[in-house]
Amino acid sequence: MNFIEMITNAGGGHLLANAPALVVAIPLIAGAVAVVLGHGKLAWVWSVLIALVTFGFSLILLQSVLGGETITYAMGNWPAPLGITYHIDALNALLISLVSAMALLALLYGWPMVEREIDPKKHAMFFGTFLLCVGGLIGVAIAGDAFNVFVFLEVSSISTYVLVAMGAQKNRQALTASFNYLILGTIGATFFVIGVGLLYMATGTLNMADISRILADSEGNRVVRAAFAFIVIGLGLKTAMFPLHTWLPNAYTFSPSMIGVFLASTATKVAFYILIRFLFSVFHAGASFETAMFDFVLAPMAMVAMIVCSVQASFQSDVRRLLAYSSVAQVGYMLLGLSLGTAAGLAAGLLHMFNHALMKGALFMAVGLAGLGLGITRVNELRGLGKTMPLVAAGLTVAGLSLIGVPLTAGFISKYYLVIAVLERGWWWAVVAIVVSSVLAIFYVGRMIEAMYLQNPPTPSAAHESDPPIQVRSPVLSMAALYVLVIGSVWFFFDPSLPKGLADTAAGLLIGGGGL
Amino acid sequence: MVDFIVGHFNYWVIITLMMTGLYVIISTGNLVKKLVGLGVFQTSVFQLYITLSKVAGGRPPIFDKLPGYGTETKYGAAVDPLLGVIYSNPLPHVLILTAIVVGVSTLAVGLALVVRIREAYGSIEGDDIDEAEYKIEIASS
Repeated sequence: MNFIEMITNAGGGHLLANAPALVVAIPLIAGAVAVVLGHGKLAWVWSVLIALVTFGFSLILLQSVLGGETITYAMGNWPAPLGITYHIDALNALLISLVSAMALLALLYGWPMVEREIDPKKHAMFFGTFLLCVGGLIGVAIAGDAFNVFVFLEVSSISTYVLVAMGAQKNRQALTASFNYLILGTIGATFFVIGVGLLYMATGTLNMADISRILADSEGNRVVRAAFAFIVIGLGLKTAMFPLHTWLPNAYTFSPSMIGVFLASTATKVAFYILIRFLFSVFHAGASFETAMFDFVLAPMAMVAMIVCSVQASFQSDVRRLLAYSSVAQVGYMLLGLSLGTAAGLAAGLLHMFNHALMKGALFMAVGLAGLGLGITRVNELRGLGKTMPLVAAGLTVAGLSLIGVPLTAGFISKYYLVIAVLERGWWWAVVAIVVSSVLAIFYVGRMIEAMYLQNPPTPSAAHESDPPIQVRSPVLSMAALYVLVIGSVWFFFDPSLPKGLADTAAGLLIGGGGL
Repeated sequence: MVDFIVGHFNYWVIITLMMTGLYVIISTGNLVKKLVGLGVFQTSVFQLYITLSKVAGGRPPIFDKLPGYGTETKYGAAVDPLLGVIYSNPLPHVLILTAIVVGVSTLAVGLALVVRIREAYGSIEGDDIDEAEYKIEIASS
């Protein structure tokens, strides 16, 4: 950890002490600076630099909460109930590291795609908006104040709408996808803010720890229950909880390649985190209205998502839309883990969130590279990719196997823990749903693998059938980013101790004293 | 009963606006009208916050140099133990200023998207756009 010590010593302790504020402030301010930088490549270099610094700070935070400690950072030294606090524990340190790491990888991966897909005049704006989105997502994860969560949620969402719409140069459907996302996302955020308002009405405070403390004494009155309903629906929209997921497939399909990678691995994860934070820390998991919601809404909807969206994924002809539907199904796994209401279930859900970010990021990267090299957007166009782009095809295959949950990949670990947690609760029918969904995953991942390895590449009209296929090279940096994620999704099978340890610690905190 | 209805006048207005806004978003195919509906929906939330900031019998939360101007209570209202001056809660106003800014920026992004959609599809009616997209899907598969 030489790097961390170096940063810490350089700032004489101030940087370390203010890391919670800096991890949000740096990307937000740098986003504004990036717009001024004008020249495209310069803005990219700047963004990579900022993402690296942000990642460094997130590692500092992660390191200081590894043992289950919590940090409460008072903004401007105003104490908790009046001032705004940032709250860091094992749960959101994992999230913050994930977001900043994915931002860095997406940026390293993305330059060739951005160069091709985005008008050079808009490069600076594009990277500026991207940094705003990163800052917003980290802000959602770190804020300990319910209204701040709303503001950061909107900072990240509005920049996401813009980023998705930037895909319009490639395909005009990006515009309508972005518009639908904007309408549904805003409804979701507004529902959330209604819920926060009702909570403020009932408790007189916006500090999440304070709300939790006041609500602990009671089963909650009608205002609290209404607040609960509004918040769950609002965040459900942002998490793409079935059946509130309709914005997601098109937004992922038509966004620029780099944004697809980043969104698929972070956006719904952060929303999922804040849902957990509200369900377990702010409200109390033991309250009767909450357990009823888990058993009768969340668990059934999670299983419907796992099966229905996997079926939908199997019938998609567009590769990225296939992956997007699979994302909704995977959100189902996470929500199923959460809906068990046990520490084991929650930990399994969190672990799956982490693993899914790795594999879905890798899949979108591989598909983006195939699109860059050969203009591929459809499953049947993948044919022969094993010969024309062997490394990309190998990455796609490994990440795809992880998505199915094949042993020797990280996806197996999280599904394994999920099945154990489900069985502990005695929900054998949920195990059936997991198995059915995994079998369906074999179909849709299998379609891609079959096309890549068992079919011959299309032959150019001039060439002969017997000519060896022409190999297409990919940009080195993009390949490196892809393989970081691919190796990650194998590595965390053999040594899942880091994410598993954090998930267990976080689940323990949440199920035990609420974690705030 | 009458007291209940009259006493909650603000809430009836809020609920009406909220449902009107949501209904407009769902029922209309016109993208600009959808954004109008979204605006009405968000405005109802602003009013919810403003309503809950009112403390019964409270003065506007402006310090007017009365001797001893109050201490904080649990519910955020300032009550002076000696003079009994009650102030309304200013915090929700500040929160809603932020939410208004968020709402305006969402509307701006939304309208910008509508302009771009009009350029790309030649229409802002949901049905026309759906038809155009359906044709793209058919043509490419």
